[in-house]
Amino acid sequence: MTFRKYLVLAGITVFSTVGDSLLARGMKDVGSISLHNLSGLLLAVLNPWVAAGILLLLAFFACYMSALSWADLTYVLPATSLAYVLVALIGHFRLQEEISPTRWLGIALIAAGVGFVAAGPSVTPSHQRQTSQNTSRDTVSQEVES
Amino acid sequence: MKDLYAWAAIGLIILASTTGNVLLSYSMKRVGDVGELWKRRGVLAVIGRVLATPTFALGLMAMGVAFYSLLFGLSWGNLSLVVPASASLTFVANAVAARIFLHERVGRRRWIAALLVACGVVLMAV
Repeated sequence: MTFRKYLVLAGITVFSTVGDSLLARGMKDVGSISLHNLSGLLLAVLNPWVAAGILLLLAFFACYMSALSWADLTYVLPATSLAYVLVALIGHFRLQEEISPTRWLGIALIAAGVGFVAAGPSVTPSHQRQTSQNTSRDTVSQEVES
Repeated sequence: MKDLYAWAAIGLIILASTTGNVLLSYSMKRVGDVGELWKRRGVLAVIGRVLATPTFALGLMAMGVAFYSLLFGLSWGNLSLVVPASASLTFVANAVAARIFLHERVGRRRWIAALLVACGVVLMAV
């Protein structure tokens, strides 16, 4: 794992968080869209907040696909969950929202989970992928030893 | 009855997003390290090779199904039930699916992480 790869993982978290909040901010201006008036969905793109949100979500998707090309799905997914933590922290420090003890516990559990994965290997070597079904028990014990 | 619909939507979200994630991960593993490819052949080669992978389109479609199931789920059930239930169970389902279909080495470390994150997501939404 190089520094650049950690940057891509950080991009997944940041782009999805900021993109979602920009979309939410823009949809407040646009108002609710009914199933009978789907053209409203197309016009929503003209709102600058929505357009910026969509751009950031595209950047998120590019980072996510890039990460999946060199890391395991079970390695990348926990990184995406850091977005929940980021949303809560932005709400706390920028918007002075109160965070309940249960939510702090949730933040701690997610952070611990991400730390657990990040400290381990990022990708299953392809030669082990072929044989992993027969040797899965051995690889688990190998990992515990290492 | 509304509860039943909400849980049906949650089940569909989990199924569709897990399918999507597995298909997208499988496609990108076949494409190979996009950073390397970008350096050697340029960004157009990366986009071309990704789009030429048939499972990539299938994965995108599955993610689309998951997104619309979420919208339907939200119209039947509470936000505080549908979002945490589907998000946390998706983490566990993905770990199982990655182990079975992608033959990823999901060691003790990653099982613990999937469970911690799943519990954390539930607590964040309470």
